[in-house]
This record gives sequence, C-alpha cells and structure tokens, in this order.
Amino acid sequence: MAKESTLKNMVVTLTLITLIASSVLGVIYAITKGPIDAAQTAKINSAISKVVPEFDNDPSADKFQKELDGKSYIVYPAKKGSDIVGYAVESFSTGGFGGRIVIMVGFNADGTINNTAVLSHAETPGLGDKMIEGKSNFSVQFKGKNPDDYKLLVKKDGGDVDAITASTITSRAFCDAVTSAWEVYKLCSADTGKKEVTNE
Amino acid sequence: MSKLGLITKGIIKENPTFVLLLGMCPTLGTTTSAINGMGMGLATMFVLILSNLAISAVANVIPGKVRIPSYIVIIAAFVTVLQFVMQAFTPGLYETLGLFIPLIVVNCIVLGRAEAFASKNGALDSALDGLGIGLGFTAALTVLGMVRELLGSASIFGLKLIEGDGILVFVLAPGAFIALGYLLVLFNKFKSKIS
Repeated sequence: MAKESTLKNMVVTLTLITLIASSVLGVIYAITKGPIDAAQTAKINSAISKVVPEFDNDPSADKFQKELDGKSYIVYPAKKGSDIVGYAVESFSTGGFGGRIVIMVGFNADGTINNTAVLSHAETPGLGDKMIEGKSNFSVQFKGKNPDDYKLLVKKDGGDVDAITASTITSRAFCDAVTSAWEVYKLCSADTGKKEVTNE
Repeated sequence: MSKLGLITKGIIKENPTFVLLLGMCPTLGTTTSAINGMGMGLATMFVLILSNLAISAVANVIPGKVRIPSYIVIIAAFVTVLQFVMQAFTPGLYETLGLFIPLIVVNCIVLGRAEAFASKNGALDSALDGLGIGLGFTAALTVLGMVRELLGSASIFGLKLIEGDGILVFVLAPGAFIALGYLLVLFNKFKSKIS
C-alpha cells in the first residue's frame, strides 16, 4: 500500500517521476523527429505533385514565402528546365466550421487553377470533409478556372461556386482560401516578370 | 480471479463504455466511422496497458498524497510517446484522431484503472486488466463507429455500400448520443441474458 507522506518523500518522488518522464520523452522525440519530418514532407510533396502540371525540379527545395495582408504564405514553384510551369500555393482560411483549413492550390503558368488538395482541416466528417477531392465533386469545379473571370464565392453570395450541400460555411472558407492563394499567385507571377527583366 | 477472467471482465461485465459509462468524450467524439473508433480504442488500450504496468510497479513507493499527480505524469508521458509514434508512422490516422490523442490523458478510464486496480495489484494482473478494459473499449467504439458510419454515410470501414448520403444526423454529435443509447439497451439485454 501507499507509503506515508512526508514533505521530503513527496518532493523526491515527484521530482524523480517528472525527471524520468521528461528524459523518456526526450529520447522518443529524438527518435521520431526524423520520421515525423519525413511524413510531413512526403505529404506536402504528394500534394504539390497533385496540384501542379508535370515538373522536374524539387519544389520543396525552391519554396519561398510571400506576405499578403500581414499573413505569410508558402509558395512552391514547379519548374521544367528553367521555365516555371506552375505554382503550388499553401493557403489557409480560419473561417471553417471546425476552424482552420489548410489547402494547397496549384496554378498553371497561365493563371488557371490546375487542382486543389486539402492538407489539414477539422470539418465535420460526412459534411464539410466533402471538400476533399474524391469525396464529392465540389473540388472538381475549380479545375481549369481562371479566377479573373470566375467569381470565387458560393452562389448564395453571388459567386460561381456550387457550395457543398449543408456545408456552406466550409464552402465559403474553401473559396476564401483559394482566393488568398490566387492573390499570392498574382504577386508571384508579377515578381517573375520583374526578375526576368533584372536577371537578363 | 483467473487471468482469463481479468481480460474478459473488461469486455462484458465491466465494459468501460456500455457498463461503466466512462470516457464518454472520446467515445462520442471519435466514432464518426468504424476505423476512427477502432483507432481511438487501440490508442487508449496501448496507454492503458503501459500505464497500468508502470503504475502497479511504482505504486508502493509513491506517497499517498501525491499519487494522483504522479499517475497523471506517468499517463501523460505514455500518451505523448504514443502521439510522437503515431505522428511518425501513421500520419493518416494521427490526422483524424489528432485532437483526441492528448485527451487520453484525462480519459477517466485510464486514471480510473490506475487508481482502482493497478495501484493495488501486481504488474501482470494490471497489464491484463489494461488489456481487457482496452479491448472492451475498442470493441465498443468500433461497434458504435460501425453503426454511425452505416447509418450516417452508408458505408462500412470506408467501403461504400450504397451511393448517396446516409442519415446525416448520425455523423453529427446528436446521432452519437442516439446510437449509443440504443446500443446500451441492446447490450444490457444481451448481458442480462447471459448472466
């Protein structure tokens, strides 16, 4: 049965237990850090190759950050040789039903949306998670659209996007994230135009 | 009690979900599909076995007044280990269960078994108790997940049975309560029959 408590043995026990627990955690953290990073990179890479046209560089190595309205977005350029064939923009919205939605939006060189991929979300399974490709036709409607003449708002708000049934909030957040990605893309393509001039 | 009895009592006589009604938060929260329910059950079982084992080993040297904080630290350490391991090797499952993994720390089943069983019994018995309760919890969550998935999205273990949507309410929180209620009725009927 439990020992009698004195100040000394209570302090000693708790110190020992927390010490052992934290050293075990330290070891496990060191062991799993590599695989965790690898899993995350693999996820990002598979999302990139899904959303941009064929490329032959390593977009993760060429990634750069872009600021928009005080938030920073990560952009992965897809190149074939030295030509940029598209951009994958990691964009997000905090307006989802379950909070933050992170998506990867891929643009072709001409500014049309090539494809989208959901990276993380906390939407209701069976409702909001239909934004994930393959679970419904929601994400398909963005393919090949140029946001210049395609209003990225759900039809209820006067846009061109068919919302997911019973998940208007998710649909709005998704559109919001795609819109941010589009703004970031415009900044990037403007930059490349400038860079080419200064480089040559 | 026989070793086998230690395991089976957790599945039927002291089933944590259907009889003790413990750990309702992850039960209702994660069972949107059979796979999620099973994943949560197995994750909890992993923590239960290890924490029961560790606590039964150190219970005699822990002063009575600091036993609860000590147990919590031990349980939290195992849960964090589990979180790292899942993040590294099963990123897909980690993503769906992510939010609920840290909550295993405060799952009353885990602390309940530590206090009620592991602190008074030997290491082997405690590990078996953890295994039994864990299996009971896993079975309950899998069944609840199956029912909700079947009714809510017309599929089973992710396999679509009929095209189209199911009864939406079963995917949402109210459906969890409804399904759990009816399962409780069935379970109690089954239990009274065999005893």
